[in-house]
Amino acid sequence: MLIPHPLLGPRDAQEFTYLGDASLLNRPDGLADTAPEAFNDYVYLRDNPAGLHRELWFHEQGDRSWLIVTRNTVTHEILGAELARDVALAAMGGAQ
Amino acid sequence: MTRLSGGLIDRGTTLNFTFDGRAMTGHPGDTLASALLANDVRLIGRSFKYHRPRGLVAAGSEEPNAMVELRTGARQEPNTRATMAELFNGLSARSQNRVGSLGFDLLAVNDLMSPFFAAGFYYKTFMWPKAFWEKLYEPMIRRAAGLGSLSMLPDPDSYDKGFLHCDLLVIGGGAAGLAAALTAARAGAQVILADEDFRLGGRLLAESHALNDAPATDWIAQIEAEFASLPNLRVMTRTTVFGAFDHGIYGAVERVGDHLATPGQNVRQTLWRITAKRTVLAAGATERHIPFANNDRPGVMLAGAMRAYANRWAVSPAQSVAIFTNGDDGHRTALDLAAKGVTIAGVIDTRAGARAQGDYPLFAGAVVSDTKGRLGLKRIAVTREGQTQWIEAGALGVAGGWNPNVHLASHHRGRPVWNDDLLAFLPEPGAVPGMVVAGAANGQGSTHAALQSGAQAAIDALAGLGMTAHQPDLPRAEDAPVNQAAFWHVPGKGRAWVDFQNDVTVKDIKLAHQENMRPVEHLKRWTTLGMATDQGKTANVTALAVMAELSGQSIPATGTTIFRPPYTGVSLSVLGAGDTGTHFRPRRLTPTHTWAADQGAVFVEVGQWMRAQYFPRAGETHWRETVDREVLATRAGVGLCDVTTLGKVDVQGADAGEFLNRIYANAMGSLKVGMVRYGLMLREDGHAYDDGTCARLAEDHYVVTTTTAQAGPVYRHMEFARQCLWPDLDVQLISTTDAWAQISVAGPNARKLLERVVDGFDLSNAAFPFMACAELSVCKGLRARLFRISFSGELAYEIAVPARYGNALMARMIALGADLGATPYGTEALGVLRIEKGHAAGNELNGQTTAQMLGMGRMVSTKKDSIGAVMSRREGLTAETRVLVGLQPVDASARVAPGMHLFTEGGAQNTDTDQGWITSACYSPHLGSMIGLGFLANGADRMGEVITAANPLEGQSAALRVVSPHFVDPEGGRLRD
Repeated sequence: MLIPHPLLGPRDAQEFTYLGDASLLNRPDGLADTAPEAFNDYVYLRDNPAGLHRELWFHEQGDRSWLIVTRNTVTHEILGAELARDVALAAMGGAQ
Repeated sequence: MTRLSGGLIDRGTTLNFTFDGRAMTGHPGDTLASALLANDVRLIGRSFKYHRPRGLVAAGSEEPNAMVELRTGARQEPNTRATMAELFNGLSARSQNRVGSLGFDLLAVNDLMSPFFAAGFYYKTFMWPKAFWEKLYEPMIRRAAGLGSLSMLPDPDSYDKGFLHCDLLVIGGGAAGLAAALTAARAGAQVILADEDFRLGGRLLAESHALNDAPATDWIAQIEAEFASLPNLRVMTRTTVFGAFDHGIYGAVERVGDHLATPGQNVRQTLWRITAKRTVLAAGATERHIPFANNDRPGVMLAGAMRAYANRWAVSPAQSVAIFTNGDDGHRTALDLAAKGVTIAGVIDTRAGARAQGDYPLFAGAVVSDTKGRLGLKRIAVTREGQTQWIEAGALGVAGGWNPNVHLASHHRGRPVWNDDLLAFLPEPGAVPGMVVAGAANGQGSTHAALQSGAQAAIDALAGLGMTAHQPDLPRAEDAPVNQAAFWHVPGKGRAWVDFQNDVTVKDIKLAHQENMRPVEHLKRWTTLGMATDQGKTANVTALAVMAELSGQSIPATGTTIFRPPYTGVSLSVLGAGDTGTHFRPRRLTPTHTWAADQGAVFVEVGQWMRAQYFPRAGETHWRETVDREVLATRAGVGLCDVTTLGKVDVQGADAGEFLNRIYANAMGSLKVGMVRYGLMLREDGHAYDDGTCARLAEDHYVVTTTTAQAGPVYRHMEFARQCLWPDLDVQLISTTDAWAQISVAGPNARKLLERVVDGFDLSNAAFPFMACAELSVCKGLRARLFRISFSGELAYEIAVPARYGNALMARMIALGADLGATPYGTEALGVLRIEKGHAAGNELNGQTTAQMLGMGRMVSTKKDSIGAVMSRREGLTAETRVLVGLQPVDASARVAPGMHLFTEGGAQNTDTDQGWITSACYSPHLGSMIGLGFLANGADRMGEVITAANPLEGQSAALRVVSPHFVDPEGGRLRD
């Protein structure tokens, strides 16, 4: 597989380490009252879609960027890749 | 020796080889198969299940029968298709799967027992008595059903892997592939042309057709000359593209040295990973046979293969041959063989209206219904309108039509599409993104159509890349239409083989149908059809047709098989591609490695690292003797150990403290500059992940350490937290594990030794107390970092210098510390020292334990949010009562082993009464007995109690006293002096 790294272009998947569902970016607030339930969901519940999936890949043998790759789990087609940092910052309200 | 005229062999050179010990000769250009035919060998092997005599069926990689063992000694190679083995001088080949001689195989008795080996037999028989399976049935079946044997010696040859990138990959070097490669290469594209044969031309080499009224080889030679002048084209012969993977990546094996007696300086095979923007699949087609009773005798083969042997290799399996066909293609074989002087005993054509195309006896509307000849074909029964007559024939060519080689086009689960006109499955268009199929692989099998479609495929493929290619001037070629009747098998009583290699007959398919194993997937598994090493290349479509007939369905409704890589067998050696033995993974050496090696250290693999395990001295006869000495010397004087392998991460930025607060369970932001703190990391699920130290060198600069094993994963985890969770923090990370050599200096004389290397640095307890850290210089100007931390429980420091000075610093300190008792120690002594002190390591931090179990529950701060903090407070983890304790045997000679489970003394020993386990154990020279660390239920309240440690698997048990895990200096006075 080839992963289109947003900074480095197409890179072989062997350079990457796979983590899983990009929902891991949405870490709950550990000091909130609902933290126990929220963390249970965060740690243990994952969607397992047949189709488009946003997932985390780490460019370990490369520039050490965490990427969010949108992949079709049925065809392995990769529709795009973003820097996870950009996605996380955008989710925080674009605080660059 | 029977050779016909012509052929693409070099008769001027003779090659000697042996088959089952018999000396034979052949010529360059021969395969082992053609050379065997030239030496009048028809019987080449025994079948898998029934041990029936078998000969060649095909002339290419689809060969199901002619499996041989090649070479001798360590290079012995089983299950090689004789059709793919290029002949070389000195080749030694042997038949396989026989007990006794090839002509008289003792296991041929299986053939008489064939009723017991019908479809699904291994699901039905050998079921009782149960105990017989392992001892009797399985070894017996394995013995009987084995193919070739392994040498059991290491492979002496080298294998390699390589990576290639191209605009267009052309798979197959026949008419279509040559036209495609020529078209694309002329357009300037980067092109790779791969073919499994050792010579370009594909089927053009096997046919007698002219191109531009001249032999096809003239045109091929002209194309090859042009290819040689095109630097943008790479021609790879002897290269099988075996799989189409995601995103235009193809796997290929190049047999670099398989055709040589020894590969010499070269590699034997190379595994290529080819990344292609576009692909033209021009893999050709494979002929299918027509099952009839006893159709598996040596001499019965595919008609197209017979034609290839005659035209390309100038051999015929017999002087008198017959042809059985359902179309015009069989007649071509008759004409080509007749032209070479072979007697045509008859052409049996299933079509009533068939006409002879030459001077040979024709049996129109007839079938071959049986054969005779124990070790080779002698006679065939020709049946027409119920009347049977026997004809003498030494060989029979069977022409049942051609199946396009759709395999690679189906590797992405594309389903081949049935074509009623061609009576064949064609590739599903677009099933592999970027792939265009051309030539016979796409049902365009005439030479003209193959050439044209190959060129057009290249034009289309390059157009997708925005490149313009033009149709080259292709030669005039035959363009005969496919003319055949749907005729799949000859009904009758005898066994008619469909899959030769796995001995599957029409009867077996009938039985599968009768037993309702009708979906094609069930049929395969019930009969083992298509599951041999040839993957049913000559069998699968015919079997589908038989099943379709039995179930009254159409062939496409009956199904098709899913094709998966590899197209043909790939050796494990080339998949390993040289990454074996010491090349299996990178080997990392510590900065003091050469010094340690000079001291005669014994090394141990720790992940990728080679670490000094212990440093034996003259006269020491046992490793324990050495380790005990190293431990005692450290506690009495000073010991030095290379601890570079612990992971080091440099953390810098204004928010470095806040970042580490969130990463570690305990607080790090409050750490004073110039101090070090122990840190415990949790996983988000609340379990202990890793531990290490955090040293604050400046307000915005920390250096943290990880365990050796987790250095990579922890760094990855920290980057995840930095980039994905808290990108708003001003913090940067870099791994400096390899940048700094770090040496532990431990023992009562540690300070005295360090005073001799530091450049005017005050090491007094007041100026540099326990858990202090500093940047300084040593050895007159070498920059260094000093940490006063202790893993051993002694007065101890870790000193770090740039990695390249590690070796020199170690040598210098050992020399300077001679009078202080400076002693190098290895990982064994390191382990003993830390167990004696009760420090947790990998055995305790095994991913199943919690901070509470490690006795560090209170370290998990409740005032801040950190990774794992919330989940560590859940009931299931807080209710855990097992905690880390020390364990000391009541009888000092008793053995304590990690993995032993803990029970109340005198109580039952089972999972319900299990109270914990021992994680680490060693012999403690300090205490004079073995000691252990372990997790024990309510351990903190059981100090002094005697419990039982048991290893029921090996019948071991020991009475142990529960003690503090700090066997040495529990008050910690030594650390702080």
